[in-house]
Amino acid sequence: MAVIAEPVAAHVKRSSLWTRAFESRNFLGAMFMVPAIAILILFLAYPLALGFWLGMTDTKIGGAGRYIGFANFVSLAKDSVFWLSVFNTIFYTVTASIVKFAIGLYLALLLNEHLPFKSMIRAIVLLPFVVPTVLSAIAFWWIYDSQFSIISWVLIKAGLITRYIDFLGDPWNARLSVVAANIWRGVPFVAITLLAGLQTISPSLYEAANLDGATNMQRFRHITLPMLSPIIAVVMTFSVLMTFTDFQLIYTITRGGPINATHLMATLSFQRAITGGNLGEGAAISNAMIPFLVAAILLSFFGLQRSRWQQGGRD
Amino acid sequence: MTTVEDQSVGMDYLESFPRKFLRVYLPLLLIIFFLLFPFYWMAVATFKPDAEMYDYEKYNPFWIVHPTLEHIKKLFFETDYPLWMWNTVIVSVSSTFISLFASVCAAYAIERLRYTGSRYVGLAIFLGYLVPPSILFIPLAAIVFQLGLFDGNLALILTYPTFLIPFCTWLLMGYFRTIPYELEECALIDGATRLQILIKITLPLSLPGVISAGIFAFTLSWNEFIYALTFISSSENKTIPVGAITELVNGDVYHWGALMAAALTGSVPVVILYSFFVEYYVSAMTGAVKE
Repeated sequence: MAVIAEPVAAHVKRSSLWTRAFESRNFLGAMFMVPAIAILILFLAYPLALGFWLGMTDTKIGGAGRYIGFANFVSLAKDSVFWLSVFNTIFYTVTASIVKFAIGLYLALLLNEHLPFKSMIRAIVLLPFVVPTVLSAIAFWWIYDSQFSIISWVLIKAGLITRYIDFLGDPWNARLSVVAANIWRGVPFVAITLLAGLQTISPSLYEAANLDGATNMQRFRHITLPMLSPIIAVVMTFSVLMTFTDFQLIYTITRGGPINATHLMATLSFQRAITGGNLGEGAAISNAMIPFLVAAILLSFFGLQRSRWQQGGRD
Repeated sequence: MTTVEDQSVGMDYLESFPRKFLRVYLPLLLIIFFLLFPFYWMAVATFKPDAEMYDYEKYNPFWIVHPTLEHIKKLFFETDYPLWMWNTVIVSVSSTFISLFASVCAAYAIERLRYTGSRYVGLAIFLGYLVPPSILFIPLAAIVFQLGLFDGNLALILTYPTFLIPFCTWLLMGYFRTIPYELEECALIDGATRLQILIKITLPLSLPGVISAGIFAFTLSWNEFIYALTFISSSENKTIPVGAITELVNGDVYHWGALMAAALTGSVPVVILYSFFVEYYVSAMTGAVKE
C-alpha cells in the first residue's frame, strides 16, 4: 500500500494525472477495495457461479464433466434418500430453532436480572459457542455412546429405565439426539445477542407500565417483545441459516446414520460429492438448499424493514 | 402468571431471597449445568484411565479415582497431534491477518471514501456473509484443485477469508461510522493523505473494533471444519478438528481417551484467548447482528 503514498508526495507539484487520480474518491476507493474484492471474487463469487454450473454437469472427481441439463435434479427428485435428507433438514431446523429461541429468550431474561458476577456468568454461558463445534460434538458422541452413555447410567440408577438407551442406533433417537446437541450449541448465541437487545430497552418504559398497573406478563407481552422484535428477527434468521446449513455436528456424531436417518442436505452433498466422487450430483444437492436460504434472508430483510418504520428510524 | 404483582424493575431488593432463588437462580443454575456438562465430561474422560472409563460398576463414572496423563501423552507423542496444532495456529493466524488487512481497507473505502456505488458494494459484502460454506465447498474444492493448492495450508489460508472478510468488513464499517468526520477533515486540511488518515487517525480510534473483529475471526477459523475436511487429505497437513475425528478413530475402535484429550486440548487455546477478550468477542458477535 506504500506505493499509493509515494507518488503523491513525489509528484505533488506537477499536478499530474497521478495526483488527480489519488485525490479522486473513486480511484482511491477502487485501490482500497482490491484485496477484499480479489479474494471474494475468486473464492466466493466464482465458486458460487461454478456451483450452479457443476450442478448441471456429471463431473466426477479427477475428470471433466459434460453438461447434462437438469438430469441431476430429475434423478434427485426420484431419490428417496434425498427427500429424507430434505425432511431431516427441515425437521432439524424447525425443532432446534424453536427450542433455541425459547430457551435463549428465557436465558436472556434471566441474565438481564440483577445478578452477582454477571459478566462472569455471561462469559461462561457463551462457552459452547466459542469452543470448536467438532470438538464439543466429540463429547456429545461419548455422552450418546450406546454402552457407556452417562445419561443412560443416571436414568438406570434412578430407576427410570431398565436398559441402556440406543441414542444413535434408532432413527428417531438419533434425530432428537443431534437436535439436542444443536440446541446446546445454539442457545448461547441466541441468549447473548438477545441480552444485548434487552439492555437497550429503556427502564422508563417499564416504570411507566408499572404505574399503569401492568402485570409481569403484560409488560413482557407489550414492552419487551415489541421492542425486541427487530433483533429477534435478525438473530433467528442467523440461527435458522446456521442450523439449516449445519454440517459439523451431524458429520461428527452420526455421519448421517443410522440408515441415512440424520442426513442433512449438507452432509448428503458431502457424501455424494467428496466421499462418493460425484461432484456434479453433490453440487446439485447444494443448489437445492439455495431457495430455502433465500427465503430465510428475505424473511429477515422484511423483518428489518418493518422495525425501521415502526421505530421511526433512518431510511 | 395472571396474578397482579407490584414488582417494579428498580425495586428488586424488595424480593425475598427464596423467591428470587426459585424464579432466577434455580433455572439459571439448571441451564448453566446443561451448558457446561459436556465440558466437564470431556475433562473427566481426558484424565481417566481406561480401566475406570469402561467400568461403571466398580467406579462411579462422575469421579476420577486415579487421574492419569496417559491419554494426553499418547496424543502428543504417538499421533500427529502437535502437527495439527501447528497447522491450526498457522492457518488461523494468517487467515485472520489477511482478512483484517483486506477488511480494514474495504470498510474504510466504503464508509469514508464513499466512492460511487459504495453502498451497493457494502450490501453485496453483507450478502456474502450470508453464503454458507456448506454450499461453497464443492465448487471450491474444484478450484483449489485446479490452482494446485490441494492438501496444503495455503488452501485454507486463502479460502477462510471468504467468510471472514464479509464479517470483519461489516463489523468495521459500523465502527468507522462512529468516528467523527471532523477529525478526518482536520487531517486533510493539514495535508495528510488518505492512507495516513487511515493509519494515524481512523485505525487507532477504532482499535477496539479491530481487536473484536480479529478475535472473532481467529476463533471462527480455529473452529472451521468443512473446508479443512474437504481440501486436506494427508494427516500431517490436517487441522485439529479434522485430525481428531479422522485420525483418532481406527475402523470401529474409538480411542475415547485420546479423542477427549484432543477435544479438550484443542479447545483450551481458544478458550484462553476468549477469556482475555470476552468483551471484544461479545461486541463482535452482537455488533454483527445489531447493525
